Amino acid sequence: MRAILLALGLSLGLGLGLGLATGGRAAALVVEEERLFPASGPPVATLSVLSTTDTAILGPVIAAFQARNPGVAVRYTVAGSQEVYAAIADEGLPFDLVISSAMDLQMKIANDGLAAPIRSAATETLPDWAHWQDRLHAFAQETVVLIVSRRGLDGLALPQTRRDLIEILRDNPERFRGRIGTYDPRLSGAGYLFATQDTRQSDSYWRLAEVTGGLAPRLYTSSIDMITDLQTGRLILAYNVLGSYAGPRLAEDPDAEVIALQDYTLTLLRTALVPRNAARPDLGAAFLDFLLGPEGRALMRDKAGLPPIDEAALAQAPHLRPMRLDPGLLVFLDRMKRAEFLSEWAATLNRN
Amino acid sequence: MRRAALSLRLRLVIQLFGIAAVLAIVLYLTVRTVADQAAEATQDGVLGAATLAIAERLQGGEVGVGLDLPYEAFSILGSISADRVFYRIDADGVPLTGYDDLPRPDQGGGEIAASVAPVFYTRPFRDTEVRIAAVGRTVLVARRPVPVMVMVAQTRQGQEAIAARVANRAAALGLGSFALAAALSLLTAGSVLRPINRLAEAVGRRGPNDLRAVDHPTPVELRPLVFSLNGFIARLRGALSRTETFIAEAAHHIRTPLATVRARAEIALRQSRSEPTREALRAVIRAVEESSRSAGQLLDHATVIYRSDRLTEAPVDLAPLIDGVAAGFAPTADLKDLALRVAGTEAPVIVQGDRPLLESALRNLLDNAVKYSPEETAIDLTLARDGGQAVITVADRGRGLSGEGAAQLSERFRRGSNAGDVVGSGLGLTIVSEVAAAHGGLFELDEREGGGTCARFSLPLA
Repeated sequence: MRAILLALGLSLGLGLGLGLATGGRAAALVVEEERLFPASGPPVATLSVLSTTDTAILGPVIAAFQARNPGVAVRYTVAGSQEVYAAIADEGLPFDLVISSAMDLQMKIANDGLAAPIRSAATETLPDWAHWQDRLHAFAQETVVLIVSRRGLDGLALPQTRRDLIEILRDNPERFRGRIGTYDPRLSGAGYLFATQDTRQSDSYWRLAEVTGGLAPRLYTSSIDMITDLQTGRLILAYNVLGSYAGPRLAEDPDAEVIALQDYTLTLLRTALVPRNAARPDLGAAFLDFLLGPEGRALMRDKAGLPPIDEAALAQAPHLRPMRLDPGLLVFLDRMKRAEFLSEWAATLNRN
Repeated sequence: MRRAALSLRLRLVIQLFGIAAVLAIVLYLTVRTVADQAAEATQDGVLGAATLAIAERLQGGEVGVGLDLPYEAFSILGSISADRVFYRIDADGVPLTGYDDLPRPDQGGGEIAASVAPVFYTRPFRDTEVRIAAVGRTVLVARRPVPVMVMVAQTRQGQEAIAARVANRAAALGLGSFALAAALSLLTAGSVLRPINRLAEAVGRRGPNDLRAVDHPTPVELRPLVFSLNGFIARLRGALSRTETFIAEAAHHIRTPLATVRARAEIALRQSRSEPTREALRAVIRAVEESSRSAGQLLDHATVIYRSDRLTEAPVDLAPLIDGVAAGFAPTADLKDLALRVAGTEAPVIVQGDRPLLESALRNLLDNAVKYSPEETAIDLTLARDGGQAVITVADRGRGLSGEGAAQLSERFRRGSNAGDVVGSGLGLTIVSEVAAAHGGLFELDEREGGGTCARFSLPLA
């Protein structure tokens, strides 16, 4: 266990302008993508969704929701997870539903009392680990995986555990130098969440970080970029990639292998909440119900590639560890804890 | 107007219900309070442990206070219930990390000293109310002691849920115990009042003439009542006994002088030679005789009333009784040349009854028959069994009933419309009828075929 002495204010420079939980944010919401799905019938109301999930992924689900609710237009706004958090927590923008894969930030919104309680037949069906109170509900469980290129491994055995991974990295430093990809936790909220949860699961994360640090890893802010670079041959392997993105994209690629490590594989819960100040909380709740209902689950699995909440699937794969929706998630959002973690991470990764 | 007293049973039941209700409410409040305190103590324990776990991670240094916030401390807070969690760490009175607006324990008070145990307090925070645990520590920063305070807060929705659940259980428990106590109260009221009911039944079941003291087993609380009742019965018995004595005395005091008057008049009649004087004396003797008979009958009647109230029943053989009474009337019958024919007294006929009363009834019946029979006729006195009854029939050739029945002729001092010159008080048949009633028997009067009266006196056989 690493108990680390941290000097106050030591790592201010490491934050790189990521205003986290407590950071003030003067700028307005930076939108990556915004699309209006017009109502199929005469428009009655508009549902505003703020999401970290690409429009292309949830588009079919939105269309099906509108087929069921002809009078509802949907304004679907995509932004980064920090932007999404800030839009709700700092700016109080009146969105009707907030969808994010950043469990920790969603948890903080709910814990700070900014989410409205939603209770329905659909939310009652969720297992205990897939919701927090009745304010935060998970609708997809996504594994965090290792992707490798067979060509790049050149005959080496596929690693099944972190121990395997550390061994082949140690044994073949020249092959892997500059060809390992992973998230930069300083810049990516998802990367930070995966890294911190890794440290909770096992000390092997730090050993892996040490080994990786000696091999000049490439740091990314999105899973898509890592997948692309693996396909083009720039990377041999990428650690902590979202399985829901890697799976569909690499399914047709005979060279790429998606590996859920057997010692443990983090499982991310994609969550939704209805903000307290929503203009149409009823529509937000209705869309959540649709996501959790049988039709929404089937569409997500088949069209969006997001595995819906399925307790049976978890029971069959004991190495899958869903991250718990509990106040523990707040710990790594603490500014001191974050600074401490990032400085430790930077020190480990830049050791040589 | 006097208000009707409330039934003892009702009064008892109402009071027991009231006690049961009070106890049920006390039970409910106690269970709730204890459960609330237990739930709060449990949650405080967890909250305090989390606070201490964080405080133990505080470290001093050259630049400032260091803290490695333990993941488990927060995770554990979410394990009991999904409650919201807030925290704040102050160093030297300045917020270091966490929620800067979380209320400190000393707001409005002094600084809490470094302590081993956390301090707990409840404060409103943002949109809710939170329970806060605060613990103070001193950390050395650049060899200078810096006071640090760790505050961890938690909403109490989980505890409220537990409290609500406990309240429901406690309410059910209270209602249940009230229902049980109410049912038991009804049983208790019944069993407490049973001796009173039994006593009332025992007294009520007594015959109208049962003047024995009440010796029914009674609870000690009822003894004064029974004691008073027995005292009353004793006084009543005394009064009746004095009445009996008075009647006997009165009869004696009337009869004895009458007998003297009659004896003197008879002597005077024998000695007197003057016809008008003799005639007057005969009238005196007849009047005295009649007075004597009336006094006798009054005595008989009083005796019948007195004795029929307190019948001393014993087996009585009617056959010798009839023979005896008939023999007693033989001289009177001879005077009028009446034939007194007795039949059916060869075998014993036993009834349950009071011998003096039966004898008195029989005597009055025969007296009537003799009185109203013309000279040189016969009176038939028959004893027979008829079903479960002993039947005594007295048949004469007198002047009949002239259409009046036993019911009318048995009225007190009522004499038949055709009684004419025959002297009588009208008490005779009354006595007969009352004796029959006292023994559960029957007295009937009928016209006899060929003239005269047939009196039927029947009693149940023993």
